[in-house]
Amino acid sequence: MKSQTDSPIIEVAARGLAPVIQLIGIYVFFHGHYGPGGGFQGGVLLAAGVLLLRMAVGFENSQVQVPSRKTLILCSVGALIFAGTGLVALLMGGNFMDYAHLPVPGMEAADIRYYAILFIEIGVTMAVMTALISIYDDLLGT
Amino acid sequence: MTVADLPPRGDIGAPIQQQVNPSGTDVAGAYYIEYAYRDTHTPNMVAVVLADYRAFDTLGEVIVVFAGAIGCFFILRRRT
Repeated sequence: MKSQTDSPIIEVAARGLAPVIQLIGIYVFFHGHYGPGGGFQGGVLLAAGVLLLRMAVGFENSQVQVPSRKTLILCSVGALIFAGTGLVALLMGGNFMDYAHLPVPGMEAADIRYYAILFIEIGVTMAVMTALISIYDDLLGT
Repeated sequence: MTVADLPPRGDIGAPIQQQVNPSGTDVAGAYYIEYAYRDTHTPNMVAVVLADYRAFDTLGEVIVVFAGAIGCFFILRRRT
């Protein structure tokens, strides 16, 4: 597989840096429960890692990480995870987005809400990350 | 002027910093500070407000991001 850039320095640096950026993104995402961070910020960092590869090693070669065709599908799935969690709570007899009514057996209400916050943040992260990658691919015109 | 009538920033006497509204009811922030950890076992109060108490607002933000991506898709992407 031939790289699009002529400079091996750029390619090696980007390939070394992208996983670190994504690791920081995952850290920021999971840190949202305990301090500054959360789904939006983590999603942006995860997208930044992929976009660095898109720019450095080329559009074709970085399809392995996140395929362009899948971005909008994953974006819809992320938004649906969020809305679906609220809707399940609505169908189980609570208010919309009232996570305490989610049907999780053997857990007290506060713990269900703890994990439900984490779950919807996963949806937010997926939606933000893939939306940014999708917009970049659209602007590329391919 | 409306702007000049606003209280100074950080003024602890401002109505928004009080536990009770001028109308006599408790402000929402007092409830969040007191019960956020009891309700969700999450230490970060901001995350609880954003993702639990005000989740509908965050859902709207995600929908806005999604709508932006969809709009760019239909306007910019070329058929190959």
